[in-house]
Amino acid sequence: MATEFEEMGAVPSFTVTLFVRRYNQEDGLEARWQDFDVQVHGTDRVLDALHKIKWEIDGSLTFRRSCAHGVCGSDAMRINGRNRLACKTLIKDLDITQPIYVEPIKGLEVEKDLVVNMEPFYKAYRDVQPFLIASDKPAKERLQSPEDRERFDDTTKCILCAACTSSCPVFWTDGQYFGPAAIVNAHRFIFDSRDEAAEVRLDILNDKEGVWRCRTTFNCTEACPRGIQVTKAIAEVKQAILRGRA
Amino acid sequence: MSIVIEPPRSSKPKRTNWEKYGWMYMRASGVLLVILIFGHLFTNLWLGEGIKAIDFAFVGGKWSDPFWQVWDLLMLWLALIHGTNGMRTIVNDYAERVAVRKTLTYVLWATCAALIVLGTLVIFTFDPCPANGTIENLPSFCPAK
Ligand code: HEM
Ligand code: SF4
Ligand code: FES
Repeated sequence: MATEFEEMGAVPSFTVTLFVRRYNQEDGLEARWQDFDVQVHGTDRVLDALHKIKWEIDGSLTFRRSCAHGVCGSDAMRINGRNRLACKTLIKDLDITQPIYVEPIKGLEVEKDLVVNMEPFYKAYRDVQPFLIASDKPAKERLQSPEDRERFDDTTKCILCAACTSSCPVFWTDGQYFGPAAIVNAHRFIFDSRDEAAEVRLDILNDKEGVWRCRTTFNCTEACPRGIQVTKAIAEVKQAILRGRA
Repeated sequence: MSIVIEPPRSSKPKRTNWEKYGWMYMRASGVLLVILIFGHLFTNLWLGEGIKAIDFAFVGGKWSDPFWQVWDLLMLWLALIHGTNGMRTIVNDYAERVAVRKTLTYVLWATCAALIVLGTLVIFTFDPCPANGTIENLPSFCPAK
């Protein structure tokens, strides 16, 4: 083994080809694929490869990232046709005998390279009133039983990366659908025993562009980097609307 | 003091929400259609002599029986409304211009209505013993037989 690597314990490295979707509103050209050969380590993620390109090959490559550790939700992108966080996708887990394709998430307007305009996504999020609405002014924290907490535990994990919404074919069609992320964050409060505005949010989602546009494709569940059962959450909201209460 | 936050959409006049009922209808009619369609295929293609039994007399016989009249009527109405509403969903997905969407939706429901009227008429006004029919083709209960 020692002959294979320069030193004991060294991480193996290899060369991969990345095809990155490039676009710049200002140069007036169509979006196009550009390929880069990058030397990466077995421990590297797609985000590390993008950093290498930006820092060593082409400084104009534009993408969002902040925490680099799957917390902030800023680097959702389409990697080999699937919505993933670049910072949570190990290159060695992809098929590295083939080039790796990296594109911006779909359904939102591309501003530059991998950066999209997130405003329509945030608008849908704001529209479901994603904050606690309670009429009392408690002197101490509001308590809740573990069972009551369990009802919405899964949907508290959302980091608003938009991987789900931008993987949804219904959202791709006209971008009017609220989208899975907004419904997930409504679910977070609808099923919270401390919140008093479940009816208001159910009413908002009982809209022409609300939960009924969901066709149970499961793309959102497959895309979510937090492992949230997104389709299940949407189904629970549908059931709650049919029941008329949370 | 309580904090009152006005829901941003509350000013919108409340209309009946057809999308909810559409969603429920697709599921309810789907369940019934499974029974109706497979029951239909089973009696027509499998029972007795199977597919070879289908001729004018077979159809005439079925449409003289109130049981099959109701069965086929349900199948006709449920499937046409189900299919048209499904197509409306797809139109909503793909038609971006409002005028195109409204036109296509109108054409869909007009076609659906026409087919329902025609189909219903056929089921209830069908004459199993037409005077000009060839004797051997008529169902056994016809007086000419
Ligand atoms: C055999 C029994 C059937 C069952 C159980 C069934 C069930 C369903 C359900 C549950 C949906 C809604 C899907 C969604 O909202 O995600 C649907 C959609 C649809 N159905 Fe049916 N259906 C049946 C028969 C039919 C028939 C006979 C037709 C044609 C006349 C038809 C045409 C459609 C269309 C066009 C859609 C819309 C597809 C879409 O939303 O993309 N179905 N069906
Ligand atoms: S539900 Fe998952 S995929 Fe959707 S925005 Fe939240 S974290 Fe991202
Ligand atoms: S950079 Fe923060 S989630 Fe990936």
